[in-house]
Amino acid sequence: MNIVAADPKGVDAGPHFMDGDHAIAEGALAAGCRFFAGYPITPSTETAERFAERAPEVGAMFIQMEDEIASIAALIGGAWGGQKVMTVTSGPGFSLMMENIGLAAMTETPMVVANVQRGGPSTGLPTLTAQQDMMQARFGSHGDYNIIAMSPDSPQECFDLTIEAFNLAEIYRTPVFIMTDETVGHMHEKVVIPSADKIKVVERNLYKGPKENFRPYGFDSKGGHPMTRAGDGYRFHITGLTHNERGYPVMTPEQNQIVLTHLIEKIDSNADTIIRLEEDQIEGAEVIVVSYGITSRIAVRAIQDARQKGLKVGSLRLITVWPFCERRIRELSNKVKAIVVVEINYGQMVREVERSAAGRCKVVSVNHCGGAVHDPNVILKAITEACR
Amino acid sequence: MNDNAQDSENSLATMLRVERMPHIWCPGCGIGSVVTSFAEAIKRSKIDQDKLVVVSGIGCTGRVAGYVNFDSIHATHGRAIPVATGLKLANPDLKVVVFSGDGDLISIGGNHFIHAARRNMDLLVICVNNFTYGMTGGQVTPTTPTTANASTTPYGNYEYPFTLPLLADACGATYVARWTSLHSRNITQSIEEALQRRGFSFIEVITPCTTLYLRRNRLGDGVDALQYYQNNSELQHGLDTRATEIGFQGKIAVGKFVDREKPTYLDAVNQCNVKFIGDDYQLYGKTEPEKKVEEEKKPGVAVA
Repeated sequence: MNIVAADPKGVDAGPHFMDGDHAIAEGALAAGCRFFAGYPITPSTETAERFAERAPEVGAMFIQMEDEIASIAALIGGAWGGQKVMTVTSGPGFSLMMENIGLAAMTETPMVVANVQRGGPSTGLPTLTAQQDMMQARFGSHGDYNIIAMSPDSPQECFDLTIEAFNLAEIYRTPVFIMTDETVGHMHEKVVIPSADKIKVVERNLYKGPKENFRPYGFDSKGGHPMTRAGDGYRFHITGLTHNERGYPVMTPEQNQIVLTHLIEKIDSNADTIIRLEEDQIEGAEVIVVSYGITSRIAVRAIQDARQKGLKVGSLRLITVWPFCERRIRELSNKVKAIVVVEINYGQMVREVERSAAGRCKVVSVNHCGGAVHDPNVILKAITEACR
Repeated sequence: MNDNAQDSENSLATMLRVERMPHIWCPGCGIGSVVTSFAEAIKRSKIDQDKLVVVSGIGCTGRVAGYVNFDSIHATHGRAIPVATGLKLANPDLKVVVFSGDGDLISIGGNHFIHAARRNMDLLVICVNNFTYGMTGGQVTPTTPTTANASTTPYGNYEYPFTLPLLADACGATYVARWTSLHSRNITQSIEEALQRRGFSFIEVITPCTTLYLRRNRLGDGVDALQYYQNNSELQHGLDTRATEIGFQGKIAVGKFVDREKPTYLDAVNQCNVKFIGDDYQLYGKTEPEKKVEEEKKPGVAVA
């Protein structure tokens, strides 16, 4: 893995007052992203606007495509053309992107897609917050595959995690999602952008060996197989068909097994390295509150109130949502009475918590439809009841 | 790849992934003829083959990307053009060619086609038009002539088809030509010419689908189709594209209909940014003078 300092051209160092959407664009530029293809959709459009404005001064390409399908397809071309690529969208656009997210997963194409979630289904609540696309992020395209997804809870984290998303996309050659939401996307806070030399960027691992040994894929279930780019003379072929290491179609159940095992395992076998969690007062806790994104900012208040009442409450914030922190939940489920899962949807990540806890402790879902954040008192009530 | 002192057959073979032969196309199918003309055009054009990328979507023609020995992407159904757009913009040094069938390019991919033409994206798009969905078994497409039989129009097609040269022209394509798979030399010449152009070039090639379209419509075999092309093709360079409609077994206007100059998408990006940002703006992609300097640095004989 080749880790270098960020290219200063893309780094607007210093303290800023900006919203989450803008911070995503700045994070992308700092991470070395020089290709953005997108389509306007509330509440994500500000990311595209900022990238469009900054692109000429950074030497990047911005193109507004005709729809989200074209945007994500252009990312696949852009990545194999040699660039770090990204797009941003929200629910309806995310749905349109699903087919080519599958192609990106299948062709092991690094890319970053930010989903500034809004209430659904369908057109739903275009201007209001939600966390309803969490399962779609993991399973939205057809067939079995794997991805990485992270959920920032502040504009600062939008910046930081976007850089990390680009790095993970390069290391594992996979689509990586920033699963933020309207509230974080439109929330203005202080964002400190460090100087370029303080930002670590993973460079693309480009194959440099002899032509006859070149293989676009290596099915080792580990990840990190070198990539190439069009124009370098390796004459690569990639396809969405089940393929061998040369990229040629081999449509047999045996080959499908080899490809799928690799696609899933290259992320799952590295889950402990990939996953980032924020834990607070887990030791000795009777109840643990699991939250992510904007929900964790609301949960903090309820947790504080509960602790003031003398309840032993710990907090587990999912910074990385996918792969899911199965092992950690399993460990904790042996030690606590209950896990309270707070999310702005009708119970999505709670299913993963239930699966990982496997009946060893109570799992309480504090679900909530889209459009607004939780009332902290509702979370407090759930914590209080769970402690009984 | 060394062009010198090799007979033409060998040179063409180097442009194919021969290890992947035999191909999947039926006897009498026209796709292979178009690929041969394409390879011949590449050989003649002397363009840097390492900088050539072929992108295709899904369907019989979609398989072209898998058989040509260039950087190649077999994309999703209808999405060859946006993938090609991404490649071109990520690395403007690339020459990007889209190979696509009528259903792939114009039905599911129609939106991308019109917008790439509108933007004058620097791409060469070759449409192998056999009036049918071959891979899925002979369904009607947006180019199937009215009254023709297809598996989803078993009593005859009642829809109005697109006339592709007219569509491309109206959307802003800067080079538009049409041939049939009988016109192999003309196809080669058109591809060679279009590769020298900058901007959205579109070449339509009418081809026979022997297994489905010809059989369903009782039009005989591949040879009968070529006979029909010979008797009914009318060479009309510069013809107004509004007059290029093809009726069921009707006359087929062939030739180069459009050849005009217009700034490409990237030209327009750079022109706009220079105007508004001024001297601080660094042109995106290599400028023509920069390319010339690079050309001069290259050794006399190109060696892969």
